[in-house]
Parts: sequence; structure tokens; C-alpha cells
Amino acid sequence: MASRTLDIPTVIGNRVLDGASHVGRLAYFTLDMIRGLAEVKIWWPRALTEAWNIGVGSLFIVLLISSFAGAVTAFQTGYQFTGNIPYYVVGTLVVSSIVLELGPVLTALILAGRIGARYAAELGTMRVTEQIDALESLGRSPASHLVVPRVVAGLIMIPALTILANLAGILAGWWSVKLVLPVTNADFTYGAQSYWRPWDAWYSLIKSFFFAGSITVIACYMGFSTQQGAEGVGKSTTGAVVTSSVLILLLDTILTRILLNQ
Amino acid sequence: MIELRGVKKRFGSQVVLDGVDFDVKEGETVALMGPSGTGKSVLLKTIIGLIKPDAGTVVVDEKDVFRLKRKELADLRSHIGYVFQNGALFDSMDVSENIRLGITNGEKYNDLDYVHERVRQCLGLVNLQPEVALKYPAELSGGMRKRVGIARAIAGEPKYLLYDEPTSGLDPVNADIIDELVQRLARELKVTGVMVTHDVRGAFRVANRLALLTGGKIVMQGTPQEFHASQHPKVKEFLERDFDNPSFAA
Repeated sequence: MASRTLDIPTVIGNRVLDGASHVGRLAYFTLDMIRGLAEVKIWWPRALTEAWNIGVGSLFIVLLISSFAGAVTAFQTGYQFTGNIPYYVVGTLVVSSIVLELGPVLTALILAGRIGARYAAELGTMRVTEQIDALESLGRSPASHLVVPRVVAGLIMIPALTILANLAGILAGWWSVKLVLPVTNADFTYGAQSYWRPWDAWYSLIKSFFFAGSITVIACYMGFSTQQGAEGVGKSTTGAVVTSSVLILLLDTILTRILLNQ
Repeated sequence: MIELRGVKKRFGSQVVLDGVDFDVKEGETVALMGPSGTGKSVLLKTIIGLIKPDAGTVVVDEKDVFRLKRKELADLRSHIGYVFQNGALFDSMDVSENIRLGITNGEKYNDLDYVHERVRQCLGLVNLQPEVALKYPAELSGGMRKRVGIARAIAGEPKYLLYDEPTSGLDPVNADIIDELVQRLARELKVTGVMVTHDVRGAFRVANRLALLTGGKIVMQGTPQEFHASQHPKVKEFLERDFDNPSFAA
């Protein structure tokens, strides 16, 4: 019976090589995608269809989750309130929490699951059934036919959904806070406006734009890299959701440091 | 003309192609035979540049496929029709759109009257009714999917047609229909064909010339008569079962 020992340096070395090869392939993939942008007539109509699918298909779940997030934020604010803090601060806290963090991050995480999984599974299935090879064999660019429309649609619709998620979260928080604290509408709007900076809205949008890029590019890359049939499609789909979720949290930290702590 | 010289390809530790030399002259139909998993499809994909060999050269019409720029490769591919093993039809598009994608000339692709007529013609060439144009791949049988795959491959009026196991998974009647179709397309469209298959009977019916790929090498190339007469052990071993099959003799 062969002895099985864990060769840690080899395992680490393989992981590093594997990671480096993914980075290299992702760079080529992104370069291909940028080249594909030149074929506007090919990708634009497909991007509109994809944008419609993302927008209509995700609107309900995004609004639902952001509303709950807004309500929970309001209830927790109410729980932590003591008599020494003026009530209008609740408006500040709810709006800031939603716009700066919960709206863009929750929306991105929901869409990483919903859109990222779908894109990776679709493209992965196309890869294992040779549909991507078929496109190439016809002298057509898979990037302009399959990747660019999905990425562009994500870059348009995910920030748009984030704006709606922010609004839904704020409204739900506003309504909910009145259930637990004696806050008037005037208190809430005063608090919301007092510490409001237009940059906060831009920050929320910029973050969602980066999240959109990471969700769509990673999902398409994972789908394109699929190997070995149905099992491979499953792995790509899981990989796309996990990788883009981690990337969203990483980008969230980096962008917060860069954009808010100058 | 298609010329492969010293083509090598390995996947991990598995050597698939080990210095393959292979030629296809204009106007002929060559059947590339071999047991399953010997790299026939890999070889076919190197011809069109879908798989890059580790070593060796692939030359089509005097152009080295792996030295071409992106646009040049796309242009070369527009002269080559590739029929995938399971059709590889785009399942989100109907048959008409699938065949339309095979029209590689940009002007013709955007001319809807031409597209409509060409789709009808191509469906006719593969013995399918025009109504099939409106169906989706999921609504087609395996044989119909293969024929639509062929219709898509010929839509761009290619000079070469590469068939990857066109009869695999089909019953004998449908396999015969596809074999006849391959013969008819070679005759009527004057295309040069390479057919990867492990169906010996079909290969002998369709091809002017045969090649046997096994152990990563082409062990023999020749006419069907030369294959019949060959005493090469690998050839005999591969053909033995089919020679014993009474339907083969017919």
C-alpha cells in the first residue's frame, strides 16, 4: 500500500502556480473583452436584452432584501438609542448606513448569486456543449457575442438597481423606525439632510459600478473556463459566486479606504 | 490544401498527438479513423485553430494557422465549415438564427432576403423542411440536430468541411442518411472534407482516402482498397470487427 504524505511545499507551490495561471488567463480574457468592444453592432442589441433580463428579473428580490435591511437597521438603531441622543440622528444613521454600505454591498451580493451564477452556468454549458467553439469556428468573436453584452448590461443595471435598493432601504427604515421610536417625519428628514453629502451618493454608485464589473467579469471568465461536463458547470457556478462575493467584500474595503478616508 | 507536420499535443501527462503528419488535397474527402480517445477530434480542432498544438505546424491554403493574426484567422475560418459532434447549436436561437450565424460574409449576413433564401437552401441541402427553421434545437431529434449543424457549416459556402463524428449516437438508418449527405455535399458543393469517425463502414462508403490515428500517430493513410489489403497489425486490429460484420461487406 502506497504511503500518503502531505507535501505542504508542493501543495502551496501548486496553489500559487494555479492562482498565477488564473490571473494570466483572466488578463487575456479581459483583453479579449476590450477588443470585443469594437463590434458595437454585435453586442449592443444583446446587451439591451441582457439588461432587461437583469433589471426585471432582479428588481423584486433586490427591493425586498434592501427593504428588510432598512427595517432591521432602523430597529437596531431604536434598540441602541438612549435618551441623550436627539431623535433626528436616526435619520442620519439609517440613510448613511443604507447609502454608504448596505444598499450597494447587499445588492451586489444578491446579484453575485443571481446573475453571477446564471452567467457562469450559461456560459459553462455553452463551453461543454462546444457552442463557444462553434462561434469561434465560424470566425466570430465569443467576446463580442457573449461576454461584452453581459458585462455592459451588468455595468448599467447593477448601479441602477443599487439606486432603487437605496431608496427602498431608506423608505423601509423611515417607516420602521417610527414603530419603535417617537420620531416624526420632520426629525427623520432633518437628520437625513443634516449630514448628507452628495459625494455619498457618488460613492455608492462608484462602488456598485466596481461590484458590477467584478460580478460579471468573474462569472463570464468562470463560465468560459469550464471543463468536464455537468460537474464542471457546477464547479464554475459555485466558483463564480464565491469568488465574486469575496471580491465584492475586498473591493468594498479598498474603495472605502480610498474614497472616504483621504 | 491542408498540411499537418509533426503535430504534438499533450494534456497533462497524457500524450494525445505524438508527431502527426497528415495531408488533405483539394476536392477529396478523407476519413480520419481511430479508436475512441485517440485524439481525432483534437487533430480536427488544430486544423481550425481551436486547439493549439505543443509542437508542429498546421498549414491551410499555404497559411500557417498558428502564425495568423486574429483577423486573418477569422478570415481563414470563414472558409472552413466545422460540424460538431453533437451539433453545438446555439440553444437560445432558433434554427434559422443558427444557420444565419454560419453566413460569414458581413454584407450577406445583414441582407435579410438573402438570409431567408440561404436558410431555406441549406435546409433543403440537408433534406430538412423549411418549417424546421422556426424550431429551437431542443425541439429537434439527434439526427435533425446533426443535419442543422451541417446546414450551419455550409451556410457560409466554405471551401473545406470538417466533420467531427457526424454519425456517432445515431441509429444505422440516420447514420446512412448523414453518410449520403456528406457524399452529396462533396459532389454538389465541391468541398474538401475531413471526417473524423470510428464508424468504419461509413468511412469506407464516404471517403476517397482513409487515415488511421492510433497511439498518437497516423499509422496508415491510403485508399479504401489499400486499407482492405493492408497487413499492418494496427489496421487489421481496428478493421477486424467491421470486416467480420456482414453489413460492412454490403
